[in-house]
Amino acid sequence: MNVTTNTRAERMSFWEKLYLPEIAKGLALTFKTMFKPKMTRQYPEERWEPLGSYRGRPVLVLEEDGERCVACGLCSRVCPALAIEVQAAETARDKERYPAKFEINMLRCIYCGLCEEVCPEEAIVMSKDYDIVFHSQEEAIFGKDKLLVPIARLQERLEFLRQYK
Amino acid sequence: MSSLAFTLVKGAIALNFALVIAAALVYLERRISAWMQYRIGPNRVGPFGLLQPLADVLKLYTKEDIVPYNANKTFHRLAPIISIAVALAMLCVIAPASYVLLEDGTKLFIAVAPNVNVGFLLILALSSIGVYGITLAGWSSNNKYSLLGGLRSSAQMISYELAMGLAAVAAVMLSGSLDMNHIIASQAGGRWNIWFQPIGFIVFLVASFAETNRAPFDLPEAEPELVGGYHTEFSGMKFGLFYLAEYANMFTASAVMTTLYLGGYDMPFLPQLLGLQEGTVARVLFELAVFFGKVSVLLFFFIWVRWTLPRFRYDQLMNLGWRVLLPLGLANIIVTGAIVFFVR
Repeated sequence: MNVTTNTRAERMSFWEKLYLPEIAKGLALTFKTMFKPKMTRQYPEERWEPLGSYRGRPVLVLEEDGERCVACGLCSRVCPALAIEVQAAETARDKERYPAKFEINMLRCIYCGLCEEVCPEEAIVMSKDYDIVFHSQEEAIFGKDKLLVPIARLQERLEFLRQYK
Repeated sequence: MSSLAFTLVKGAIALNFALVIAAALVYLERRISAWMQYRIGPNRVGPFGLLQPLADVLKLYTKEDIVPYNANKTFHRLAPIISIAVALAMLCVIAPASYVLLEDGTKLFIAVAPNVNVGFLLILALSSIGVYGITLAGWSSNNKYSLLGGLRSSAQMISYELAMGLAAVAAVMLSGSLDMNHIIASQAGGRWNIWFQPIGFIVFLVASFAETNRAPFDLPEAEPELVGGYHTEFSGMKFGLFYLAEYANMFTASAVMTTLYLGGYDMPFLPQLLGLQEGTVARVLFELAVFFGKVSVLLFFFIWVRWTLPRFRYDQLMNLGWRVLLPLGLANIIVTGAIVFFVR
């Protein structure tokens, strides 16, 4: 016969078997918890400010004299989700090249950060934007108008990249 | 005003009051459970989220009412009605306050059906009918999970009704009457039954948790095993009725416990201190406040326990019901009977 003796249930004392003291302990715990500070963040009003290491939506750096991007197309080639499309054009500036068209399909983007890693000019970086919404598929394709962000707002990320990249 | 019309008015007030309480309880349950889990809970609809239950009911009303293919249409429709009707019908004998003495010397009782000599028996009988609502819901849905939920519920309710009845018998023996007003009158002046019947009170409390299908006895709707239990196949306001019935049942169970063990609307010393004469409107208002104060303490306890204890396993449930609570209830009756017989 396969009889188990001296199990945990058998070793319990009378009060432990009665469970009532344990139940009272549990009730005391939940009652105390009621008055503790809450973890919830009231989202639309109270927003979370990510650190520089956060990989939000990729954006193009906009310097005082125009965009940094030279339209080399590396980001487009490295992108595992094929989300980036770049068309280069020539300009009279020192850099000679600029992207005539730069589009990121945000439905495809997987926020891996490879575009940022591969960029020789530090022109495409991950921003802190995390609540990205759109109402249609067309809206989800971000062009230069949405991608270009002034450099002042990206300082933290650029600092992070300089330190750890 | 004729007494029939007056009774109807009282009934209408009691019904609406109970439904409002049930809706408020849904809100409180969500809020308190949130606090116990370091959350905030519903706070967007109206001030402090107080209009949340209203929004929920509106949503339920506008939802599509889906009846499963091959379901028994009659019983599928009847089940939620039985559930809510039984939960609300029990309110008729509950006395939240005593009476107002009119100028011509007649007593205007506050209870919907005052001085019913089988009052408490009626409550036990009606709570037994409540099983039908849940069992029929499970059976008529033509869904194995619903059926399992319904079966569990009927087994659970029958098991715990025994313990509940036995616990109540001891309290009724002390009071010497089944009439709710008499039971309260016999506990006047702080001689509440809970002081003389602590074991009976605990047995009754545990059994009423099982009767109302609340955690830790919520096996009929055990979400992880049974999808949603007996109300899986109900949608829209049919589901809403089950939901309301659960909370109305909680309210009724609390009111019954208050009447039977906590002295009902009795509060020692305070009315004499405030100089409130029996039969005046002020006294009745005071008694209502006392009664609902006690009821809300119990209601909070119901919610509190639900968010503290995990669900029982089926065999543990049956063990507790048949091998612990039933013998305890029987022993309690014998001891109480002996004391009542030899001492009084």
